[in-house]
Amino acid sequence: MTSPVSRGFHRRNRPAGDGGKIPPGQYLTHDFPVLSAGPTPRTRLPDWTFSIRRGGETLRSWTWPEFQALPAETVTVDIHCVTRWSKLGTRWRGVPIGTLLDQVEHDAQYVLAFSDGGYTTNLPVRDLTGGQAWLAFDYDGQPLAPEHGGPARLLVPHLYFWKSAKWVRGLDLLDHDQPGFWESYGYHNYGDPWREQRYAGD
Amino acid sequence: MAGTAVRGRLTWQVATVASVAAETDSVKTIWLDVPGWPGHRAGQHLDVRLTAEDGYRAERSYSVAAADGEPVAITVERLDDGEVSPYLTEELRPGDQLEVRGPIGNWFTWGTADGGPLLLIAGGSGIVPLRAILRHRLRCGSDVPVRLLYSSRTLADVIYRSELDQPPDGAQVSYTLTRSQPPGWTGFSGRVDEAMLAKVAWPTSEHPLAFVCGPTRFVETVADLLVARDYPASRVKTERFGGA
Amino acid sequence: MELDGNAIGGLLQDVFGTEMTDARATCGTCGATGPVAETVVYLRGPGTVVRCKNCTSLLMVITQVHGLNCVDLEGLAALDANSD
Repeated sequence: MTSPVSRGFHRRNRPAGDGGKIPPGQYLTHDFPVLSAGPTPRTRLPDWTFSIRRGGETLRSWTWPEFQALPAETVTVDIHCVTRWSKLGTRWRGVPIGTLLDQVEHDAQYVLAFSDGGYTTNLPVRDLTGGQAWLAFDYDGQPLAPEHGGPARLLVPHLYFWKSAKWVRGLDLLDHDQPGFWESYGYHNYGDPWREQRYAGD
Repeated sequence: MAGTAVRGRLTWQVATVASVAAETDSVKTIWLDVPGWPGHRAGQHLDVRLTAEDGYRAERSYSVAAADGEPVAITVERLDDGEVSPYLTEELRPGDQLEVRGPIGNWFTWGTADGGPLLLIAGGSGIVPLRAILRHRLRCGSDVPVRLLYSSRTLADVIYRSELDQPPDGAQVSYTLTRSQPPGWTGFSGRVDEAMLAKVAWPTSEHPLAFVCGPTRFVETVADLLVARDYPASRVKTERFGGA
Repeated sequence: MELDGNAIGGLLQDVFGTEMTDARATCGTCGATGPVAETVVYLRGPGTVVRCKNCTSLLMVITQVHGLNCVDLEGLAALDANSD
């Protein structure tokens, strides 16, 4: 049975009119939807640390003041959610992940980012370096709000935004790739929005 | 028939809009012609699916605003940043078609066999399924005592006001207005709290059954207050509403 | 968006072939039992996430991948639908 068209109904967000600026299947939004898989964690800054671990051992860890003392940069990037909204020109301030990874000696090819509340997502190390990823703590000139992942989240704009883990607390260095939360439930292991890699097998 | 459990896969069926009426500036009730509607229990909801010309689909859930045996109706609040509610409240006209599936939900429902006394607590559009319970109670001629406490921002935001201002025998309705009250207001003011419940809630010695519906934080706060008044958790049924 | 199990009544009926909001769910982590209607549900993300009201552990995750429902129930110790 084909569904009847509901006269006059249309998607709220529109595809970009300027062609090529947003990935296939995406629609522009001007707000900032809050999506999550669990309750918003409320980690207090004195309790916050970010750690790089390998094999269960912490190689390096930063407290909030130590993290804030690292050189940070302001970037303006486009973000693309697998639920089909894209938001252009978002402004963040964060520390490049490369800066953090440079402080440990490792030969790992993959990471599993882990967050308060148990969320995880996996990425190749090479996608986190070279100016492609940040540990972001300010959004649009303000401290990152808890519902958007504050105090700090991963920001990896060249991949679908589920890879930009909210409430991130560290990276587990891995020899072999291992699927994180959404990757375990059928989402694509890599998640390139420009090749529309939404689901496993795409 | 009303009261039967729902079995088997739900199928989408075409519904035609029969009529639309404004309840408040931002809320409309939509009556639907749903051939083959199997009947429903008060408190149940239906899922609505809209299909755009380009094939885009959106689904939302709405409580059935009517009692079983009355024409199927939903009451929708327009949310400014919504995708479906602005369409349903501003664009939809009699004769338009959409798809529905239902009725859905065996937990947040009331039938006369469930007894009482009933305590119904609504926040905003959470009034919709509770109003269906009130209408069902009236249709069945039930004498189960019921008290409704309904929280809204202002008097103009009260949905079904003319109906609720004249409650049937055995039903008491209290309003609380959280943002502003008209001159000479004799109802409650401010958010539902312990003091307000002390005046409205049935004592636990009466073994009341409570239904709480509204935004997530409202429902959590009120349910916690009822449990603090020794309402058994199993006698406090809740339904959280979301948006858009 | 954070709601409760009532909000996914239709989806669950699709998945299980029967009404599930009044089914009793037992959390595999803390052992708490209650109706599915009273679980905490997160919607509108890449998938539907159902968590225990008592301890917030995962109970169910449902994603829709190329039109198929993918359902993970590992967080549940038990799920008992009412039989009439």
